[in-house]
Amino acid sequence: MESVYPLNHLLPGQSASVYQLTLTGPMRRRLLDLGLIEHTKVMCLGLSPLGDPAAYLIRGAVIAIRAKDSQNILVKSN
Amino acid sequence: MGLTNRSTGTYAVDSGLIMKRQYPDEKVIALAGNPNVGKSTVFNGLTGMKQHTGNWPGKTVSNAKGRYTYNGQSYILVDIPGTYSLMAHSAEEEIARNFLCFGDTDAVVVVCDASCLERNLNLVLQTLEISSNVVVCINLMDEASKKGIQIHAELLSKKLCVPVVTTVAREKKSLSALTEAIQKVTEQKAASGYQVIYPEPVEEAIALLRPILLEKAGKRLNSRWLALRLLDADTSLLREMRTLLGPDFLEDKVLKEALAEALALLSKYQITPKNLQDQITTSLILASEAICQDVVTMERPVYQFTDWKLDRILTSRLFGYPAMLLLLAFLLWLTITGANYPSQLLSSLFLWLQKPLSALCYLFHTPVWLHDLLVYGVYRVVSWVIAVMLPPMALFFPLFTLLEDIGYLPRLAYNLDRPFQCCHACGKQALCMAMGFGCNAAGVTGCRIIDSKRERLLAILTNSFVPCNGRFPTLIALISIFFVGFRSGLWSSVVSSLFLTAVILLGIGMTFLVTWLLSTTLLKGMPSAYTLELPPYRKPQVGAILVRSVLDRTLFVLGRAVAVAIPAGLLIWLMANLSVHGTSLLSLCALWLDPFAKLMGLDGVILLAFLLGFPANEIVMPVIFMAYLSEGSLIEPGSLEAMKDLLLAHGWTIKTAVSMMLFSLFHWPCSTTLLTVYKETKSCRYTLLAALLPTAVGVGLCMLFTGICHLFF
Repeated sequence: MESVYPLNHLLPGQSASVYQLTLTGPMRRRLLDLGLIEHTKVMCLGLSPLGDPAAYLIRGAVIAIRAKDSQNILVKSN
Repeated sequence: MGLTNRSTGTYAVDSGLIMKRQYPDEKVIALAGNPNVGKSTVFNGLTGMKQHTGNWPGKTVSNAKGRYTYNGQSYILVDIPGTYSLMAHSAEEEIARNFLCFGDTDAVVVVCDASCLERNLNLVLQTLEISSNVVVCINLMDEASKKGIQIHAELLSKKLCVPVVTTVAREKKSLSALTEAIQKVTEQKAASGYQVIYPEPVEEAIALLRPILLEKAGKRLNSRWLALRLLDADTSLLREMRTLLGPDFLEDKVLKEALAEALALLSKYQITPKNLQDQITTSLILASEAICQDVVTMERPVYQFTDWKLDRILTSRLFGYPAMLLLLAFLLWLTITGANYPSQLLSSLFLWLQKPLSALCYLFHTPVWLHDLLVYGVYRVVSWVIAVMLPPMALFFPLFTLLEDIGYLPRLAYNLDRPFQCCHACGKQALCMAMGFGCNAAGVTGCRIIDSKRERLLAILTNSFVPCNGRFPTLIALISIFFVGFRSGLWSSVVSSLFLTAVILLGIGMTFLVTWLLSTTLLKGMPSAYTLELPPYRKPQVGAILVRSVLDRTLFVLGRAVAVAIPAGLLIWLMANLSVHGTSLLSLCALWLDPFAKLMGLDGVILLAFLLGFPANEIVMPVIFMAYLSEGSLIEPGSLEAMKDLLLAHGWTIKTAVSMMLFSLFHWPCSTTLLTVYKETKSCRYTLLAALLPTAVGVGLCMLFTGICHLFF
C-alpha cells in the first residue's frame, strides 16, 4: 500500500520515507540541513508527555519536531 | 554555554572575528562541527583548558579560544558554536560561518560524530567549499564501535582529499594523531578538497560568476563558494561582505551583469533563489550519502528502537512529569542531607577559631574598636557565608552538572516544550531555565541557543524566576527552621526536599505565567522554527565534573560572595555601631524601610539585607543574622536552633518566613545577572524590565500573602 500522509500521523515504532516538504522558510532549511530530503527514511520513536512534540529518528540522530511543523512533512509508507 | 567562571562573569562576551596572535607565526585553528559531537572535549584535550562540557546541543554559544604548542609551534584553537550547516539560518550558524570565512584561519578541524557520520559530512563538505586546509576529526569512536559501526578513515581521507583522524576525545592519548594532522595541514598548502557537483544549470551559473569573483576576492574567499552564495541571495552574508570587502564590492557593474545573466540562466530551468537552496542542500546530502555508503559499515541498524527504552519511561505520558519531579526532589534531598553535616562542622570550626583570633588581636594590642570591627564585623559574616551557604552550593552544583553530562537536560526541554509552546515560547527555554538553577547569569547567556529574538528575550527576562544556586541555601535554611524542625533523619530531610520542590515549582509556574503574559503583551508573536536534537545518554565523566564544579564554579562563586561579604560586614558593623542621637544607623535605616517592609510581611532589616545582597544573593541570610546579632548576643553560626531563637526574638513568625521565601524567590536578579542581561540584549530597557518583573511579582505576592493572612488570621 502506498499512501501519502503527514509525518505527525506516524505512530511510535512506525517508519516511512519523506515524500515532500510543504513547509517554507527557516524551518524548511533546518530540516533539509538535518538531512530530511526526499526518500529519507524517518521513524517515529515516541511522543512527549503531552503528545507534542514527537521524537523522530532521522539519519541516525533523534530529532524532536513539533506537530505544527511535522504536519507539513508529507511521508509515504514503505 | 555551561556554568563556569568564564561563562558567568565578565568573561561572557563574544570574542571578535580576528584572533590576536601573540607571535606572528602562531597558527589559528578553528574547531567546527555539528552540535554535541564533543568539540569542547577536543578543545579541552588539546589546550588543557577547562571549557565546560555538557551533553546537550548548543552548549557552546560563543567562540572560546585557547592555546597549545606542538613540536615547538604554537597554535590558537578557536572553539566555534556547533552548527548543522554554514548557510546561516541562526545566530550560531552565522558566528560559525563568519569565523570560517573571515577569521583568517590557518586550518579548520571539523569534528564529527562517528555514530551519525552521514549527517556530519554535510558540514564537512560545506567547509571544504570554503577552505581546503581541513582536518576531519571523527570523534566518539568508542560509542560507534559499541553500536557496531566501523569507519574506514583512510578511504574517507582519499575521497575527501584531506586528512581524516579518528579519536575518542575523552582519552587524551587519542588526540595525538589530530595534533600531527593539524601540523601537516598548516605547513603545506593543501590541494583542493572534494567538491560537491551540483545539477548542470547550477554549475553553469557558477562558471559564469567564478572568473569575476576570482579576480575580485580570490585571495580572501573561495570563488566557487562565493558564487553559490550570490546565487542563493544569502542576505546575512551579503551584509557581512559589504563590511569586510567594502560597500562597492557588490555594486561592481561587471559582477552585477554576470549575476543577472546567471540568474536568468537558472530561471530558464525553473530554478529560483528559493528552490536553489533546496537543490544545494539536496546535492550536499546525496553526496554525503554516497560517500558514507563506501566508508561506513554497520553490523546492524545504527539506532534501534530499543535504544529509546529509557526515554520511553522518562518522556512517557504517564511517567514523564512524575519522573522529572522525582529527579528534582531527589537532587534536592541529596543536597539537603549531604549539606547538613559539613555545615555543622564548619560552623563549630569557625566558632572555635574566633577565640584564637581574638587572642591574636589582643597580642598585637589591636584597639578594641578595630578588633570588634574585624572579628564581629568581617569575620563573622564571612564565616556565616561559608558555613551556611557553601555546603549546599558545593553539593547541588556537581549533582546538577552530572545530570547535564548524562544528557537529561534535552529531555527536559522535550517534555516541557508543549507548555512553552502554549506560552508562544521555545521549548529550549527549559534548558536555559535549568541552567538558571545553577546560575542565572549563565542561564541568561545560555539563552543564545534560542534562534528567534523574541523567544530569546522571553527566556532572558524570565530566567531569574527560578532560584539559583546562591538562593537555595537561604530557602533550605528557612524550610528547616520554620517548617520541618531540626530532627535529623530520613523523614525530615524528605519533607524538606519536598517542600523545596514545591517552592521551585512555584518558581517554574511563575516562569510560565510571566512568559505567557509577556508574549501576549510586550513581546507578541508566534512560535518560530524549532527542532531539538536528543543526544544519546552518555556515561558521565564523574572525576572531571567534581574537579570542574568545585574548582571552577564553587570556589569562584564563594570567592565572589566572600568579596562582597567583607565590605557588607564592615558596613553592617559600622551602621550598628555609629549612632545619631543615640540611635544606631542600622536601626534608623531599618526603621525607614520598616513601613514598606511590613506591608510585605518582612521587616526593615530583611529588606536592607536584600538590598545589600544585590552583588551576591549568598550574603542575604548572613547579613540578616549579622544585623540582628549586632545588638549583642553571640551564637554559633549554622546552628539551626540558635538561628531560630534569634529570628523569633526579632519578631519572626511562620508568616515572615513565607514572605521571606517568596521574596527570595522573586526579587531583583543579582548584579552579575543584570550585567549579563544588558550584554545579551544591549538594551537598558530590557535590563530594567528584567529587574522590575521579578521584583514586582515578589512585592505583589508578599503583599497579597500578608493581606490574606491579615484578613483571616
